Amino acid sequence: MKTEDLVAMLATNVDAVPRKAASRQIGLALAVGLPLSMLLMATEYGVRRDLLTAFGWPMFWVKLLVPLCIAVFGFVAVQRLARPGVSPRRAWIGIVAPVLFIWLLGALVLMSAPADVRATLVLGQTWRSCVFNIAAISAPIFVASLWALKHLAPTRPAAAGAAAGAMSAGAGAAVYALHCPELAAPFLAIWYVIGMALPVLAGAAIGPRALRW
Amino acid sequence: MGMSDAEQLLRDLLLQGLDGNAQAYHAFLIKLGTHLRAFLGRRLFGWPDEVEDLVQECLLAVHNQRHTYEPQQPLTAWVHAIARYKMIDFLRGKAGREALHDPLDDELEVFADSATEASDARRDLDGLLDTLPDRQRLPIVHVKLEGLSVVETAQRTGMSESAIKVGIHRGLKALALKIRRRE
Repeated sequence: MKTEDLVAMLATNVDAVPRKAASRQIGLALAVGLPLSMLLMATEYGVRRDLLTAFGWPMFWVKLLVPLCIAVFGFVAVQRLARPGVSPRRAWIGIVAPVLFIWLLGALVLMSAPADVRATLVLGQTWRSCVFNIAAISAPIFVASLWALKHLAPTRPAAAGAAAGAMSAGAGAAVYALHCPELAAPFLAIWYVIGMALPVLAGAAIGPRALRW
Repeated sequence: MGMSDAEQLLRDLLLQGLDGNAQAYHAFLIKLGTHLRAFLGRRLFGWPDEVEDLVQECLLAVHNQRHTYEPQQPLTAWVHAIARYKMIDFLRGKAGREALHDPLDDELEVFADSATEASDARRDLDGLLDTLPDRQRLPIVHVKLEGLSVVETAQRTGMSESAIKVGIHRGLKALALKIRRRE
């Protein structure tokens, strides 16, 4: 086929294209994945019984807002990386800053605590399951966002996969926070961060293979 | 014509094309093809016979991914990223990573030159089209090659109108993947 014939073919009967496809597709993935994550949390783990009381505790909000911030900037980064020639620019800062914040807070709490309670602050009661639970609750959003990326055009597939992972990890951890009984900053700084890192790493690993176009 | 003139003109044509203006879209693809030919020809001097194949591959990619262009973005950057992505892919297939050093680093010159003289593409696109399943091939043949309307094609094939639109969309994407695998 000659190039002029290809061009003629592509242009014949061409349809109007809806705008803002990247934000829309990834927004759709969130709209599908987030309710599934909520459902998973509510049925498999259960919302914490004292949720209304917990609304009054500052550390509960830290636990909720740190991952939410990661989710929001993960969304910004992934919808940019889904479009050729658009760099995520400062969105990475919004993903990394909440992690640095909780690390700093965790270190301060740990340093000011008496030596005999430090182990409890780090391990809490649920350190064995926290990492896995966060990764599991993120999974529906992770799968949906990779599916959305397949309909878009990431030219840096590892970065796009990692950003999709960050968005799902943040959203998943925020959902898990509605169940999780832990409140200590050192606990969050370690186990929440590891739990959220898993989808990011998975996205970076899967992206180059799954997101070709 | 300076680079920013080309950017302006191509962008106007593309935006009209994205609104469904087939004539403007056709003009956009023709002009874009000349720029891509010059851009890729300069970088793939080792493989002059394959420049036209890659031009076609890029044009198909531009078409398939046109929904990812947003008006506030410079068109040059968008086209450059697509051409670069397809070129890296081509070079990986050809010569491994060593070939990547030189030709790719210069930024955003996609519209600097144009070349209207197309050599023959070596790849058999028609042949690849024939390998698509009927639900994708027939809509492409009737609507995109013969120029029938979606309604006429629906009557002729017994497919629903939405199935025809989906078939065209998926078929052109499948075509791009078949090209990638260099079947």
